[in-house]
Amino acid sequence: MTNINNTGKKLNGSEILIQCLIEQGVDTIFGYPGGAILNVYDKLYDHKEIRHILTAHEQGASHAADGYARSTGKVGVCFATSGPGSTNLTTGVATAYMDSSPVVFITCNVNSDLIGRDSFQEVDITGVTLPITKCSYIVSNVENLADTVREAFAIARSGRPGPVLIDIQKNVTASECEYYPVTPDEYFMTAGTRIQRLKSTHHPSVGYPDINLEAIDELAELIDNSEKPLLICGGGVVRAKASQEFRTLAARIDSPVAITVMGGGAFPGDSPLKTGMIGMHGSQASNMACDACDLLIAVGCRFSDRVTLNPAGFAKNAKIVHIDIDASEINKNVMTDLSIIGDAKKILNLLLAKLKRDKKNDAWKNYVFSFKRETEYDDPEEGNLTPKQILSAAAEILPQDTIVTTDVGQHQMWAIQHFKFDYPGQLITSGGFGTMGFGLGAAIGAQVGNPDKTVLHVTGDGSFRMNCHELCTEEYYKLPIITLLFNNSTLGMVRQWQHLIYHERYSQTTLDRGPDFEKLAEAYGVHGRHVTDVEALRAVLKEAVASRADGKGWVIDCRIDMDEMVRPMVGGNSFIANFMLD
Amino acid sequence: MQAKENNQNLKRYTIVTAMDNEAGVLSQLAHLFSRKGYNIETIAAGWTVDQNVTRFTIEIYSDDDRIKLLCAQLRKLVPIHYVEILDPSKSIRRELMLVRVHAADRSARNEIIQIANIFRGSVIDITPDSITLSVTGDDQKTSAFESLLKEFGIIELARTGIVAIERGEM
Repeated sequence: MTNINNTGKKLNGSEILIQCLIEQGVDTIFGYPGGAILNVYDKLYDHKEIRHILTAHEQGASHAADGYARSTGKVGVCFATSGPGSTNLTTGVATAYMDSSPVVFITCNVNSDLIGRDSFQEVDITGVTLPITKCSYIVSNVENLADTVREAFAIARSGRPGPVLIDIQKNVTASECEYYPVTPDEYFMTAGTRIQRLKSTHHPSVGYPDINLEAIDELAELIDNSEKPLLICGGGVVRAKASQEFRTLAARIDSPVAITVMGGGAFPGDSPLKTGMIGMHGSQASNMACDACDLLIAVGCRFSDRVTLNPAGFAKNAKIVHIDIDASEINKNVMTDLSIIGDAKKILNLLLAKLKRDKKNDAWKNYVFSFKRETEYDDPEEGNLTPKQILSAAAEILPQDTIVTTDVGQHQMWAIQHFKFDYPGQLITSGGFGTMGFGLGAAIGAQVGNPDKTVLHVTGDGSFRMNCHELCTEEYYKLPIITLLFNNSTLGMVRQWQHLIYHERYSQTTLDRGPDFEKLAEAYGVHGRHVTDVEALRAVLKEAVASRADGKGWVIDCRIDMDEMVRPMVGGNSFIANFMLD
Repeated sequence: MQAKENNQNLKRYTIVTAMDNEAGVLSQLAHLFSRKGYNIETIAAGWTVDQNVTRFTIEIYSDDDRIKLLCAQLRKLVPIHYVEILDPSKSIRRELMLVRVHAADRSARNEIIQIANIFRGSVIDITPDSITLSVTGDDQKTSAFESLLKEFGIIELARTGIVAIERGEM
């Protein structure tokens, strides 16, 4: 690095790392110490301006950094030591990668002279994380440390965002070299850096490609000629902060809008144009619209198999238009008629300027909305609590801007179906990787990053059991997270498949076992309650809202029926309109 | 190779890419091919006019749709400078083959040297019972050379893998 400010100081690698994090505006780190990363934690001891959140397990820290990033729009930072400390991160790294969440993971490895000798707690973590990061770095020379950290942050947050891992050998954290402070903007402008090369060549890891203006004209033409348009709102709308432009487009072309799991929050939950989720658990309105539309415009969605099901029959009557920042997503899962690569916000603005006229598609909308959206399903009144009752109570009693994190399974689908999300970052869920155990860590990150907002963690008994030890983190840092536990004593989503496809052979999915979640919560020092009816639930939720200032979290164990299913459902690889359950 | 035999639409592509010359780039590259389900037929690497940049020539079997996707995926790797697919009619492909064959008597030795001359190969080493030859060419030429030598008994054979470059514009 060239000396820009001419104020070099000789510092050791640990101090340089922390100075570089300060350059990037980092004030919060999630992590867990250990032998190889001791020097870094020793320096951290002197930097009280950086808040370190110590979790129970590195996996919890990885999800917390991810939840922090998704809910604040900043880059999350996570520390772990070598060996098992670093491999414990990997599920969190993959989760962030699949959902394009910008997190910088920093691990330390054994001393350079011990590398490759199967030393204690040694693992090739850069090799392990190669397929689940945008880039992973080994730092074996302190001279390279500062620029590696700067490059890692630039790559994590630019282009299609995603996780980056830096593995620093322990001796690097102790050896010294000159350090010159550089702001991220200065670094982006410095000649001779790799970032310069990446920028000047429009490399997809940092760059936004030039938008093909002819394709914009073509799309405007397609829209003008379309009578049955359908928009898909994907996670890219959230990441590109393009939700305002997307909403304007939907209104101007009067198009129904289907939302992917990752797109939740980018399009208002109570809009009359919203058809709901699309795909395997998509609403009838979404899936039937997809089947009948003459123009499908997908923004920031990668046509995952859970959305398209059998790609051969997907939107079979439509011209398919794909807007995405990542050229490698085009024609990957679904063959498209027109693709526009670039930043969704810019593309949508260009498109809005080119629209020939505003449209009205009443006949088409009447057709689409003659089918049900998720929220129109009625649950039976008698018996146990129903998912809809639980979520309706939560939506009514909790503030409108409550951040919702989920684990993975039936409760996740129910939460997305029944909660009305209004802004990007309001729904934090593991859509791509489907990580059970994600929700509580993510809730911790979201609450740390948004201390004034209510954070609701929706989970199931299977998912919660995976990482519930993070309740100690919630308690220690006084995070008033409300955990809403859908307890059906079974691995519900898998049971649903076993019921529908495997002839009710419930192999290893019945979770008729402890713990008593009320007592567990109390053991960790947070509030725990069992509820079996909606009135009791409402009372507890009101108590939780009223007691928020105490900084004590809640675990509300809601008993639901084990045969409750997520409806509707289309079987894997079926055509999108072939509902197995309606 | 399995995929090649099962699918008639597959054809051989020559991909040329340049990457930062640093530890780990080969494994990043190779990893991407394997996780997308490709078997690399040949791979050859060496630095270019700039010693900080390593240029790879990689040959795989694929089809026109999948190869585009693969190139887009390759372009996302941070150390990558560029990725191109060479048009066979506008490019030159060469590999070097070294081969040691049995040559225990004079007539065998003479015949092997004659074959080598026809292929513009050269004799690199000779012992009382073997000859080591080198030959340069595209994979068809080296394979033809190999098949002619088979009857003498090949002791050991090594290929560099194809390196390729675009022809200059006329």
